[in-house]
Amino acid sequence: MLKIENLSLKRGDKQIISDISFTVGDGEIFGVLGTNGAGKSSLAYVLMGSAGYAPDRGRITFNGVDITNKTIDERAKLGITLAWQEPARFEGLSILDYVLLGSEKKGHQLAEQYLEQMRLNPSEYRKREVDKTLSGGERKKVELASILAMKPKLAILDEPDSGIDMLSQEAVVSLIKEIKNYGGSVLLITHDEEVIKVADRSALMCSGLAFKVGDPPEIIDYYKRNCKPCPTRVYPSLKDG
Amino acid sequence: MDYTQEYKELLEIYRQAEGNPAVFADQKVAHLIVHQNRVLGSHLVPGLDVSPRETADGVDLKIKVLPGVKIEFPVHLCFGVLPKEGVQRINIETEVGEEAGVSLLAHCIFPNAIKVQHLMEATIVVRKNGFYRYNETHFHGEEGGVVVVPKARITLDEGARLETYFQLTKGKVGRLEIDYEVEAGKNAVAEMIAKAYGYGQDLIKIKERCVLKGDGSRGIIKSRVAVKEDASSEVYSEIAAYGRQSRGHVDCVEILQGKARARAVPIVDVFEETAKITHEAAIGSVDKQQLETLMARGVRQDEAVDIIIKGMLK
Repeated sequence: MLKIENLSLKRGDKQIISDISFTVGDGEIFGVLGTNGAGKSSLAYVLMGSAGYAPDRGRITFNGVDITNKTIDERAKLGITLAWQEPARFEGLSILDYVLLGSEKKGHQLAEQYLEQMRLNPSEYRKREVDKTLSGGERKKVELASILAMKPKLAILDEPDSGIDMLSQEAVVSLIKEIKNYGGSVLLITHDEEVIKVADRSALMCSGLAFKVGDPPEIIDYYKRNCKPCPTRVYPSLKDG
Repeated sequence: MDYTQEYKELLEIYRQAEGNPAVFADQKVAHLIVHQNRVLGSHLVPGLDVSPRETADGVDLKIKVLPGVKIEFPVHLCFGVLPKEGVQRINIETEVGEEAGVSLLAHCIFPNAIKVQHLMEATIVVRKNGFYRYNETHFHGEEGGVVVVPKARITLDEGARLETYFQLTKGKVGRLEIDYEVEAGKNAVAEMIAKAYGYGQDLIKIKERCVLKGDGSRGIIKSRVAVKEDASSEVYSEIAAYGRQSRGHVDCVEILQGKARARAVPIVDVFEETAKITHEAAIGSVDKQQLETLMARGVRQDEAVDIIIKGMLK
């Protein structure tokens, strides 16, 4: 489904992503684990086609189509979407309308179902807007409800659990599994080794490199032993000697 | 003279602008309909006194809400100029009595204007613990030949509350010059919101000033302006704090596209150490993350810009 080949991104003088290659299969949950500043969010922006994140080198193909130079909405039309780590706020846009933005089916009742799935009581949110009055966690849940409604072929979820209360973490995992169940794929970006357990395969990212791809237990073990204690975020394999 | 035709036409445009003309037949709802300098219709409710006087180029109005009376339903005011040219000068003196309250919905209708001036001068006094809400919405045609100059001087006595909401987002602005000034007494609260959307050669100038004179007074000035093509906007928002523990906030967002120009001048003056005034002003193109979020749901870029601007001006 998604194939990333030798992807590199430089912003100013800084190399953000260096020669990354991996694939995400149909119906696969692919995790990207790494500490803060490893380049995970930048990778998400490159894959979504965000302005200022055009790769210097490499190729991205999605279902056989080269999307490296496609715009965000063109990628979205192909079935790719992104849930931002810190989603944007919108004055004057109702939560129910926002949830259904990318959905083929319309109707506020449907939007309310998705809110409920993300542990938001619809009666409390049906008259509210996606604005500053929502807490960080509420906004995040609304974002994830909109991903559910869109039913993307590939959902890039950037730290989907951050800012969400413990009781609702289960809903995040359910969302990821639901996408997999209908045949969609998930690129799950996180710094949390617990969250990555839901993935089928994972990559470990550090200093812009995806230097290790494998089964989540193996990646988690490596991450715990090498990355977490690494104070300077030096490429862990160098530290390994 | 028979003004039935103008009356019908104003109500029809009001209906097209998503208003409900039935309110003008509702006995529980007070209203006043003015076409140029003619009062075409009015209805009062107990506790509300409205005295209109036709002048050469407009109407002088005295509005009084009797002490202790809270008018249950919003009072509908409809001001319009249907011909292509004309001047409408509205002078309003308003007094809201102690413990009284009223909401006014003003609809200003200039659908065919090529050279029309709508000049409003208001003096408003809201007595102790009174409440005054003024919501002014404009419906302009596409010619842009309207000059709108609303000017208000407002005094809020102790514990009084004011809300103004000005909206000019349907049709072409032409030239808009808002000039509102409020003086808030002890524990009084003023909230002023203005929204406008300019394009073509439109000129938008919003000047709002709030003087927090009394202890514990509060003020918010919020402006939302979008301009594109050759339009320009200037927003001057000023809060001056004299009262102890007074609080104020200025919040201005202007979005510009193409060759449009925008200026925001927030002025914050604090003369009392226990007072606190904050301000935020943002001018620029549409927020990148907002735009990309909508596009990531499959919305085209131009549609996404439209959603963001319409939302901000809603």
